[in-house]
Amino acid sequence: MTGLLDHLIIVPILLPLVSGAVMLLLEERHRILKGGIGVATTLGLLAVSIMLLRLADLPPAGPDGSAVSVYQLGNWPAPFGIVLVLDRLSALMLVLTSVLGITSLLYSLARWHRAGPRFHTIFQLQLMGLNGAFLTGDLFNLFVFFEVLLAASYGLVLHGDGIGRVKAGLAYIAINLTGSFLFLIGASLAYGVTGTLNMADLANRIPTLAPGDATLVAAAAAILGTAFLMKAGAWPLNFWLPTTYAAASAPAAAMFAIMSKLGVYVILRLWMLVFGPAAGPLAGFGGDGLLVIGMLTIAFGTVGVLASQSLSRLAGCSVLISSGTLIAAIGTGGGTVIGSALFYLVSSTLGISAFFLLVELVERLRDPGADVLAVTMEAYGEGDDDGPQHEEVGVAIPATVALLGGSFVACALLLAGLPPLAGFIGKFGMMVAMLKTDGATVQASTWMLIGLLTVSGLATLIAMTRSGISSFWARLDDSVPRVRVIEMAPVLCLLLLCLGLTVGGGPAMRYMEATMQALRTPQGYVTGVLSAPRTGSNDGEDSP
Amino acid sequence: MMELVFALAVGILTASGVWLLLRPRTFQVIIGLSLLSYAVNLFIFGMGRLRIGAPPVLENTEAVDPALYTDPLPQALVLTAIVISFAMTALFLVVLLASRGLTGTDHVDGREDGQ
Repeated sequence: MTGLLDHLIIVPILLPLVSGAVMLLLEERHRILKGGIGVATTLGLLAVSIMLLRLADLPPAGPDGSAVSVYQLGNWPAPFGIVLVLDRLSALMLVLTSVLGITSLLYSLARWHRAGPRFHTIFQLQLMGLNGAFLTGDLFNLFVFFEVLLAASYGLVLHGDGIGRVKAGLAYIAINLTGSFLFLIGASLAYGVTGTLNMADLANRIPTLAPGDATLVAAAAAILGTAFLMKAGAWPLNFWLPTTYAAASAPAAAMFAIMSKLGVYVILRLWMLVFGPAAGPLAGFGGDGLLVIGMLTIAFGTVGVLASQSLSRLAGCSVLISSGTLIAAIGTGGGTVIGSALFYLVSSTLGISAFFLLVELVERLRDPGADVLAVTMEAYGEGDDDGPQHEEVGVAIPATVALLGGSFVACALLLAGLPPLAGFIGKFGMMVAMLKTDGATVQASTWMLIGLLTVSGLATLIAMTRSGISSFWARLDDSVPRVRVIEMAPVLCLLLLCLGLTVGGGPAMRYMEATMQALRTPQGYVTGVLSAPRTGSNDGEDSP
Repeated sequence: MMELVFALAVGILTASGVWLLLRPRTFQVIIGLSLLSYAVNLFIFGMGRLRIGAPPVLENTEAVDPALYTDPLPQALVLTAIVISFAMTALFLVVLLASRGLTGTDHVDGREDGQ
């Protein structure tokens, strides 16, 4: 671990922290400057995370064959110090975070960043919390980053003010505080039994536990799992999610699309690591529970999608379907499903994020009053220099309705999982992997899951078609809403990325398969983390 | 005896906290969250095993018997958890007041029953 390149791992945490802190010192009226700093930081994050992705994808070069890069904070080796761990999965999530970050931020520059104070700082802190949570290799450190991103997300939910947001925010904060308490109970219980908070060390110690202690660890894992499932939006702990996401401003909601995936990520990471085949009596703990919860979540989301009256609620319910699909895929435990599930994770996150951004633009089309309302809210939040006239300035794009309609169709295809877009590849890959059982009979639960996946896709398609018809074809007036390039570009960018995922499906799928292989053999992660040498110790000898 | 009292304290705090959390007034919810956070903090502390008269910090750098010392890590965790839950409760209080101001009621739904 020498050279500047090794410090690259901590950059995704430090960069937004520093930039957020700097922007705190600037006055609110320097909005353009703040926007510039924000965009520059987020672009930097994107570059760094792509570099990290390439770093993680290199074949293992270390003498011990470890496929992970470890950054020891304060130069304390694991499990005594806190480590940041970069592997394929975390690198993938980092890239996804920064892609959503840059698109949401660009979108917010059109109007939303004026709707309330300190938007850019909160936004950067949100990115910092997400990146930290994806990188950390320590359970309690994960809690701290969870709190960072939650605190920032409270700010983002309330951004723009208004009764709807405050009411939704109240429920959102209450449930997340409760979830944090569950997290703390689970983490401290796991520490009390195993004596470690390091995830790799935890995986090492669990197979050697006494039977009584193993029960306690199972309890700790269940409590932790509840906290993460709550975050992921699993039924029955998800009634807050569609309301909150629908109430949040468009760029905030687009960012939240990855927040529910964080819950899924942690479950995937911890479950594969700690309760893998080598975990002795606890191997595969909770898999059936995850499968059932995932299926119930899909069912709930499907009903929710069909029942949605507004587009933003529809988007919120498709978050539930996406989370449910992933949780159920993890629950099937069959490793090959995970590879396609990761592909689905990326495409559905991009699709949902694009949809959240698009919803606001489409709603302008549907109800000309909505535009006025948004401007009023803006005036309510800030009310100094920008009058309603301000909105008419800026480049408006021609053929707005056609472009909006095209994007809407693309979102519908992505969310419903129809060809030719990337949602189809992920979903189809999952189904194929589930049915490939090497001669054994396919279980009834697998058939149910496949049925649910198909039905949820159909329901999404029906709901999207219905709202598409009422938004685009059955309009009463022919007024064309003003949509600015900076608002449309992020949506198109996200959708093009999904198209890119389809075209470059081969390399992307190869990466996901490699990720899945690494997840299935957690020993590489464990030895990689625990035997990483300290910086400056030339002979690798451990000093006391 | 000490363990029993400790467990009872955690249990009673949790029970009261959960009950208050499910009440319809925002003020009750926030008191419930505070009680829950006390319970959780005590629980984390208890996970380092209850010891009396054992310091958590080594006094000298010579070789010492670790059995004479208590586990310092849960105490550090409690400190972090206290700070975080305190900050979050303060933030929740602000949102609570905003909700009270905007909706004119302290009901968690933003409107009175039957309205």
